[in-house]
Amino acid sequence: MATLSNQGKIDISCWDGTISQHEFHTAASAFAERWNKFNAALPQCSWVARPKSPYLSSTSKDEGYLSVENVIMFPTPAAESCYGGDDKEGEEELSCSRSQEDDFIDGATMLQNHDDASHHYDFHVVYNASYRVPVLYFRAYCSDGRTLVLDDVEKSIPAISAKLLMLSKWTFITQEDHPYLNCPWYTLHPCGTSEWMKMLFSHEPAVDDGGVAVAKYLVSWFSVAGQVFGLKIPFEMLSSIGN
Amino acid sequence: MGSKTATEAQKYVWEGAIPLQIHLHESEVTTLPSPSPALILAPRIGYLPLLVPQIKPFFSSTLPPGSDTVWFEYQGLPLKWYIPTGVLYDLLCAEPERPWNLTVHFRGYPGNILTPCEGEDSVKWSFINSLKEAAYIVNGNCKNVMNMSQSDQSELWRSVLNGNLEAYIRVSSKLKLGLGGDDFSIKLNTSSLKYRQSAADAEASATIKAGKCFTLGDAVKALLPELFPDKSLPNDSMSLPQVEDGEGSALEEASDTGSARSPEDTGELVRECQDSCSLSETADVKLIRIQGIEPKLEIPFAWVVNNLMNPEHFLHISVYVRVQEPITV
Repeated sequence: MATLSNQGKIDISCWDGTISQHEFHTAASAFAERWNKFNAALPQCSWVARPKSPYLSSTSKDEGYLSVENVIMFPTPAAESCYGGDDKEGEEELSCSRSQEDDFIDGATMLQNHDDASHHYDFHVVYNASYRVPVLYFRAYCSDGRTLVLDDVEKSIPAISAKLLMLSKWTFITQEDHPYLNCPWYTLHPCGTSEWMKMLFSHEPAVDDGGVAVAKYLVSWFSVAGQVFGLKIPFEMLSSIGN
Repeated sequence: MGSKTATEAQKYVWEGAIPLQIHLHESEVTTLPSPSPALILAPRIGYLPLLVPQIKPFFSSTLPPGSDTVWFEYQGLPLKWYIPTGVLYDLLCAEPERPWNLTVHFRGYPGNILTPCEGEDSVKWSFINSLKEAAYIVNGNCKNVMNMSQSDQSELWRSVLNGNLEAYIRVSSKLKLGLGGDDFSIKLNTSSLKYRQSAADAEASATIKAGKCFTLGDAVKALLPELFPDKSLPNDSMSLPQVEDGEGSALEEASDTGSARSPEDTGELVRECQDSCSLSETADVKLIRIQGIEPKLEIPFAWVVNNLMNPEHFLHISVYVRVQEPITV
């Protein structure tokens, strides 16, 4: 993995919310390093380089994706019984979540129903060159390897997110071919990403030279995208960048 | 297609069709004698699932019980349904096969290989999505597509379904996905090979900074530099993830070794050549095919895009690469 670099700044005054392939790679390196450092409870995050095709001699070192695999979540019982609701209301806002706690996983998803098998998730973060933003791809399966259908997926994500999925115009799940693995994965559609990234960064304090570190991009992005699955960013991941 | 009337080439493309001979997979034949294959003319710019209503009558009396989950395969390769029929044909048939022999399945959808398709609605959604993507690449947002009225969207889709070019042009010109012109320039700072439109220069003949026309060959070399070892790029740090044109097309390349054994390898070929690309000694381009023709590489790229792109505003280029197998002892 490339050495961590905090170089590369985004001038947010005239920014459209998107990044280049190279900036994605920079941000991914920063993200992976910090994830592995501060998220001991979750599987490690690694950078997977684009598979080399047999007939093209070189690929840019920037091409590849982030991978966090085998995240275990437990299907929640019916939403109404699981959520008292009130203390979770705040999470409906999709602003950058700076949890002060050490809980990396939404407490509700850890409620175990001993009768149900656990659900396993693989997450890949892939750069989309058309929309110039990262896109979350995931697949879900049971402990016996059987693929989960979308209905089952919705059982293991926080109920609030399920509502968000239906209501929000930009966090909806579809099935697309994984750009590198070329088989169907679920994905969160990317077309609104640049808008909410721009919004997120407009709240960032700019560093002295007037920009926000590119390295922060993916951490900020995941603080929103991860919420769909109840995965929160620990405060340390955000605060350690740019210092 | 920003012009209000169709060019001859556009008409040619929209009228293009592939004769298909469709065989029902033997595992789904429950009667004797087995049914004859269906002979269908498939529009190049259409999609295979849209042909199911025509195909089904040939086989409905012999299908096993159950509900239909239709998918197609070519020589054992499941076909991705969201790729236009003409592109699949150009990509998978090195030697054009007439008719093109495909196998249809009505059962046992391979959900681990193909994304789900529930008939026309899925295809329409995929088409609109691709159009949005093209709009985003050209304009930086997809507002023009998102803001289409319901009736315009329906009319646009119906024009594609029916192969009605005039109707298509009528609706799509409202989208303003480019105004025309021939200027191409390579923006070195941003990650795109952008076709800059300029209203003032609309009359200008094709020129770029070098005073030469940007050709199809130039475009292909820009996207697959490692396959053209004898032509070095002017600037090795050029970033080229996308190619667009002023008419509003994005470029999608599909490449295949030309061998039937290779899996279909379609997808946008995006690269940012930050490093200098090492020369390939094992592969070179054998064939470049667009809409079933092999255009001369000297043709101005603007013409290729304006005339040969698909209705979702993507230009599909099929590239055949010859690979030298390593010699093992």
